[in-house]
Amino acid sequence: MKLVTVLSTLVTALVLAGCGADDSKSDSLTVYSGREEELVQPLIDMFEETTGMTVDVRYGESAELAATIAEEGGNSPADVFFSQDPGSLGAVDDELAELPQGTLDRVAERFRDSGGKWVGTSGRTRVLAYNTDALTEDQVPDSVFDLTDPAWKGKIGIAPTNASFQAFVTAMRLSAGEERTKQWLIDLKQNDPKTYEKNTPIVEALATGEIELGLVNHYYLYLVKEEQPEAPVANHFLAKGDPGALVSVAGAGTLASAGNTEGAQRFIDFLLSDEGQRFYTDSAEEAEYPLVAGIEAKKGLPPLDTLEGPNVDLSTFGAELSSTLELLRETGYLS
Amino acid sequence: MSRGAGGRRPPLPLVLAAGVVVCLLLLPLAYLVIRVASGGGRALELLWDPETLRLVFRTVLLVVGVVTATILVAVPLAWLVVRTDLPGRRIWATAAALPLVIPSYVAALCLLSLFGEKGLLQQALGVERLPDPTGYWGALAALTLSTYPYVFLLTQAALRDLDPGPEEAARSLGASRLRVLFRVSLPSVRPAISLGSLLVALYTLSDFGVVSLMRYDALTRAIYLQYRSLFDRTPAAVLALVLVGLTALALTLEARVRSRGRHYRTNPGAARRAKPVPLGRWRAPALAWCGLVVTAFLALPAFVLGYWLQRAIVNDRALELPWSEALSSLGASSLAAALAVAAAVPVAILALRYPSRRSRLLERLSFAGNALPGIVIALSLVFFAARYASPLYQTLALLVFAYVVRFFPLALSGVESALERVSPRVEEAARGLGRGPLATLATVTAPLARSGMLAGGALVFLAAMKELPATLLLRPIGFETLPTEIWKLTQVGAYSRAAVPALILIAVSAPVLYLVSADRRPQGGSVS
Repeated sequence: MKLVTVLSTLVTALVLAGCGADDSKSDSLTVYSGREEELVQPLIDMFEETTGMTVDVRYGESAELAATIAEEGGNSPADVFFSQDPGSLGAVDDELAELPQGTLDRVAERFRDSGGKWVGTSGRTRVLAYNTDALTEDQVPDSVFDLTDPAWKGKIGIAPTNASFQAFVTAMRLSAGEERTKQWLIDLKQNDPKTYEKNTPIVEALATGEIELGLVNHYYLYLVKEEQPEAPVANHFLAKGDPGALVSVAGAGTLASAGNTEGAQRFIDFLLSDEGQRFYTDSAEEAEYPLVAGIEAKKGLPPLDTLEGPNVDLSTFGAELSSTLELLRETGYLS
Repeated sequence: MSRGAGGRRPPLPLVLAAGVVVCLLLLPLAYLVIRVASGGGRALELLWDPETLRLVFRTVLLVVGVVTATILVAVPLAWLVVRTDLPGRRIWATAAALPLVIPSYVAALCLLSLFGEKGLLQQALGVERLPDPTGYWGALAALTLSTYPYVFLLTQAALRDLDPGPEEAARSLGASRLRVLFRVSLPSVRPAISLGSLLVALYTLSDFGVVSLMRYDALTRAIYLQYRSLFDRTPAAVLALVLVGLTALALTLEARVRSRGRHYRTNPGAARRAKPVPLGRWRAPALAWCGLVVTAFLALPAFVLGYWLQRAIVNDRALELPWSEALSSLGASSLAAALAVAAAVPVAILALRYPSRRSRLLERLSFAGNALPGIVIALSLVFFAARYASPLYQTLALLVFAYVVRFFPLALSGVESALERVSPRVEEAARGLGRGPLATLATVTAPLARSGMLAGGALVFLAAMKELPATLLLRPIGFETLPTEIWKLTQVGAYSRAAVPALILIAVSAPVLYLVSADRRPQGGSVS
């Protein structure tokens, strides 16, 4: 009978815990976050403190949360979708409500949806990270197109199944054209790049010297340095206009089916407020770029307005993803 | 009308109960059919794509490899700890079962960190190159590590419950020990080995964590990639249905192996154990074998986790003990275990006590969704619950239900292998003496099958403790389990801090293994 007692105690505890989260009053808000808890929970805590609202966050992978929102078919409990990448937001834009112009105008046009369904909240740029024991910065190529040089055979790390790499390939397709992109992919493949699941393991592999160059987002460097402060890795920012210099965003949108539309709007406005943006400069571990004009990035980062990726529209990335995946499959990157 | 082999018709409530259980378990399959149907003709095209065929081939290759490896590791080990005078048998038995509590993605991470390029081992040995730990062999190793205990535990239980009578008879008729082992003992535990292998096969088919970390291209990896492409959920559904097809294949094979003879005890069985086989000069090799398995599958992962923990302490990272996460994990997993066993009882009774084509089909259908990766099960429940059962959506109840759907075969295997070893004649005697069917179940069958049912429940519990993908999407908001905590930390590369929840997960799961492997029978040798 002991087992029964233990079980029933557990059930009671769980039911009580479960009930706590379940009130849909106007002072509580539900956010689906594809952004990592470790990174954004402090920001959400700030929002709760400023507004007195309670925020319930479901953390998950951006694409899987987007698939969830799609499967919920208009019955989503979520008020806000806070995503790691524009593609996931674009994928569910049918389920998102249009944001007011005032909100959208907080960031430059290149960092928001042209249909007004979502807005960028922080920026990141693609970089070529390198092992500082093996290379000096001037040995690192300034364009991804140089990576097909046989000199780099077996020394490059990529994460072709990761959304950020796929966004970069989309950017290359849209700026350099399908043919050139396909050729680049084929040529790069000849160079036996090592593939990883995502960005962090690439930076870790750079730290151990397993590879010399890695195509990643700029801020993963800081996360790895947190674990291994002495890691011999640095970021190299690519030439202006290079597809490898893509500047992309994490962003957010409100759901059309939101129960708390007012709260959802306040949340987005908070993310774009000076206070919410300064978070990326002052307290965040990972050194992303604030997007609102006048808020400077963390020390040591080149200013956002000096970064110039290829000329592409981020709001088409959602729709372009399937063609990119098709190309990657065709060229043998997804298998 | 469907009639059992004994000419008995199953009672209606039993059929209804089993029917309801199986219908609920089929929800993921229904979802896939809806998704594929809404995709139109493209579905068929995808099916015949050479790429799909290649994925099927690679997946089958992995399953065959893992099943073979688990049998080779687990069966000798089980025989050694149950039937011989191996020194320290109890300790070896416990240690050999322990890897079951290590989540397979943690096992893969450990292997990578140990054998990877510039990994711990390479640094320690100071060598230039080690064999690449990723790919087929890496996936095989990590999956063998985390699944061989299924075969080990089921075989161990079957060997222990084996009636020593036939073996003693064979010996007294002059058969050598080796001959008895291969002609009497092993054939009688074949159903257990075969069931264990089926569980291993289903696990391998549905696993995503290992194949993704080891970069081995199996069907599940392709399914996840498809979900990441978001727009069109048809291709993912087609691939998932292919997995269901492979499950059907595995089930057919398993049924064939198992039905080459049923092994009931013809009498209640002597309430004693067989005399242990003296190992003699084989003692040293036997000990070496046990040592090797335990070192490779338990000590090495423990060492890596310990190393991470030490690194966290050295780097002075904030280490919090995740007690509330542990409580959530324990609660949800216990509920899932109890519910899964309760659901498995009618299905198992129907299949074993009223064998007919229909009851067999019903039993096999209950496996349909179990080779599906967690994300597919999660999204199918999102689909149904958000649309048709919104009060249940994102509640603990739905999460527990998802665990039951995912891990039902584990419960069923426990209940079935226990029932298989209870002779229907005993039940018939009870019925003949005037007991009703429910009273017979409660007072005769259940006590005899108790340890099997507990073992089945414990297997579900241990699997649910480690579950990640469905938990992420279906948990109530703010409900953190140990695996979600590990996920959260490894996501940002904080392996050193992830070691804490991983070690706690292992520590709180380990005692439950006792339920699976505990010996509740009198000690061997005491002839009654």
